Amino acid sequence: MNHLKNTPGGNRIVITVIGPDRVGIIAAVSNILAEKSVNILDINQTIMQEFFVMVLVADMATAAVDLVSLKDLLAKRGEDLQVRIDAQHEDVFNFMHRI
Amino acid sequence: MLTIEEILETIKMVQEENLDIRTITMGISLRDCSDADHRAACRKIYEKITRLAGTLVKTGEEIAREYGLPIVNKRISVTPIALIAEASAAENYLDYALSMDRAAEAVGVNFIGGFSALVHKGFTGGDVRLVESIPQALSSTERVCASVNVATSRAGINMDAIAMISGVIKETAKLTADRDSIGCAKLVVFANVPEDNPFMAGAFHGVGEPDCVINTGVSGPGVVKSAIKRAGDADMGALSETIKKMAFKITRMGELVGRTAAQRLGVPFGIVDVSLAPTPAVGDSVAEILEEMGLERCGAPGSTAALALLNDAVKKGGAMASSYVGGLSGAFIPVSEDTGMINAVIDGALTIEKLEAMTAVCSVGLDMIAIPGDTPIETIAAIIADEAAIGVFNHKTTAVRIIPAPGKKVGDWVEFGGLLGRAPVMVVNKFSAEKFVRRGGRIPAPIHSLRN
Repeated sequence: MNHLKNTPGGNRIVITVIGPDRVGIIAAVSNILAEKSVNILDINQTIMQEFFVMVLVADMATAAVDLVSLKDLLAKRGEDLQVRIDAQHEDVFNFMHRI
Repeated sequence: MLTIEEILETIKMVQEENLDIRTITMGISLRDCSDADHRAACRKIYEKITRLAGTLVKTGEEIAREYGLPIVNKRISVTPIALIAEASAAENYLDYALSMDRAAEAVGVNFIGGFSALVHKGFTGGDVRLVESIPQALSSTERVCASVNVATSRAGINMDAIAMISGVIKETAKLTADRDSIGCAKLVVFANVPEDNPFMAGAFHGVGEPDCVINTGVSGPGVVKSAIKRAGDADMGALSETIKKMAFKITRMGELVGRTAAQRLGVPFGIVDVSLAPTPAVGDSVAEILEEMGLERCGAPGSTAALALLNDAVKKGGAMASSYVGGLSGAFIPVSEDTGMINAVIDGALTIEKLEAMTAVCSVGLDMIAIPGDTPIETIAAIIADEAAIGVFNHKTTAVRIIPAPGKKVGDWVEFGGLLGRAPVMVVNKFSAEKFVRRGGRIPAPIHSLRN
């Protein structure tokens, strides 16, 4: 089981990419994040039921955009690449899966 | 440390299994809006609602996007209007409903609850005027929801109130007949009504509540159904365990969203209502959960037992997930809003009598049920009295939201669209309860209400 790195701080987001595998997905996502000063903490990927699944944890502490705008940028890029890219605050997952 | 599997589980729950936050409801006290001049009172009501709820919708939308969790409804509940309007000399409370409607429209919410009266032990002058104003209020507004509490375990069942509200239901059906009697979909008759319920149409802001509060209602029948499917041939204990775990996860989302919304809006967080609220969307059905548990159709023998297991497991899981659980908290079984329930009625598996039995073990009552338009007032009153008796004598909330659509017969449909859905007109027992209902007065509280 892949464990994602655990670092303190409340500005972390989880970016997920789901879709058919193809060249350039990681590059596309990391380019956007670098442009907007979002620090990548961990990347994990796997193939699930023929789909490429990437989960990326990033820190928004020094980000030049807010989460909602970043989400839009990623979703738009995802459309070009024909994959679904989503970004959510990490609290959603912590609240659901951790007591 | 989150695992990739956990992250994907959450995403799947939202994207494939219809997990959502059903509502963020802002409760607003209008106790400081009373005025001898009803026009002044209406101005104060409009001003207070628009001031406090001005950013409710925007805040809800922001949170939904940041957390990637749909928040289906942003709504408002207010102090029962009978308590506020009574100070005025107005003969009719329509203006209060119009003010509520305008305020709701101004802040962009689709429903505002609280055109309500609490008459379980008797009527004041304001209560009578409010109840009499309901048909006009519901036919002249888009967003206003009305409710009346006619019974409690402490006071018993006010049969005079039930008789009166039954006439009001018929009148509301008539006045909104051109829209399949949609007014009745916004009118709930309660026993043991909770004062912090965030779900419409029965929401109002109780008198013991703070000035302003945020309550959330969660949903997620689709998530529970999928979990039961994955559990395969598990026995009852394992089934309950599976549902509890899912209810925990669902409720945590309500807690997170509620607390975040309350913090951003600068008001206290109230409760999470741990409910399974279906929608007409495919796969978002409580009936389908019962069918997944092993019933050929919802309404078959075994339905009450299956629903009891489901409801109890939802509460147990939910109670662990939130510091403050309140409202209705349980599974909802509305007919028109649940595709599985509708199919069960069409197939002849589900009757009003079976639904009534099921309400003894779930959170609400006979909800969103269309009946023939020629059903006598006394029969409607008797149906409400039966439902109130289940609530009063079992110390639980029950409610009736029934639609006697004029001109409609068994086999016809009422169509509301949206979350209110569509309902087949159901068979009502033809035998009369007229003499019983006409006795009037109050059914005394049960012996086990004497708890002190």
